[in-house]
Amino acid sequence: MTVTTIAGRDIHVDAEGFLTEYDEWDDDLAKQLAEQIGVDLTDAHWQAIRFLREDFRAQGETPTLRRVTTVAGIPTKDLFVLFPKKPAKKMAYIAGLPKPHGCV
Amino acid sequence: MTTSTVDPATAPAIVPNFGDDEPTGRRLAIICSKGNLDMAYPGLILANAALGEGVETHLFFTFWGFDMITKSRMDDLKFTMLGNTATHMPQGLGGMPGMTAMATHMMRKQIAGIGVPTVPEMLEQIVASGGHLWACRMSADMMHLDESDLYDGVEAIINASDFIEKTDGAQLLFI
Repeated sequence: MTVTTIAGRDIHVDAEGFLTEYDEWDDDLAKQLAEQIGVDLTDAHWQAIRFLREDFRAQGETPTLRRVTTVAGIPTKDLFVLFPKKPAKKMAYIAGLPKPHGCV
Repeated sequence: MTTSTVDPATAPAIVPNFGDDEPTGRRLAIICSKGNLDMAYPGLILANAALGEGVETHLFFTFWGFDMITKSRMDDLKFTMLGNTATHMPQGLGGMPGMTAMATHMMRKQIAGIGVPTVPEMLEQIVASGGHLWACRMSADMMHLDESDLYDGVEAIINASDFIEKTDGAQLLFI
């Protein structure tokens, strides 16, 4: 387990930098995480991030892109615009969750 | 000898590398040549995964793989035990009436059970993720089909040379 300092706080992360402690995350941290990977958070981003947080709490795993589309109703196309190139991983990172494990 | 200590307050934060600063130019071309339910998925799953990693992806549907994009058949692909020793069942059983329907039903249930969508839904997701679907000209001619018979997300019916040209420099998978 590695500890890194983000926004003046000690945060537990894995080897790649994804947060490992669900409760260390809050909105302010999300803004910082997003800024670090070049994402400007808008309401549309927050909708996806809030869904990821809630779904992880309920299901115990990070939702895949398809799940965000089918369950939260955010079109896949939009997710690629909001979180360019690697939407599933970028969303997970900003939401302070591990990378999704599912294939689809 | 020098020693250095890193002050955690000033050390750079550990941030995942999403590769945004290093465009790899990686492209993937997948040729789908099979029309069996079990052989439709590998190409679709890999295409979806590649797109999710920011890799430009092209799929070319040819011969039996044409069933995957033919509207009347794409949601009715079948799985047969015949000729497939990996089911570990006596081969004679696979040839009995109704066995293909039963095996197909079971496989569909297993696929749905792990949350993987149907073939048309996979195609929809691939197109929404920016993937390119191409239909093989020779297969269309052989089967007397035109664009109106094909899934709407298919960009065009093209010949083999066109596909080779479009996928210049791409990594290629033949399934």
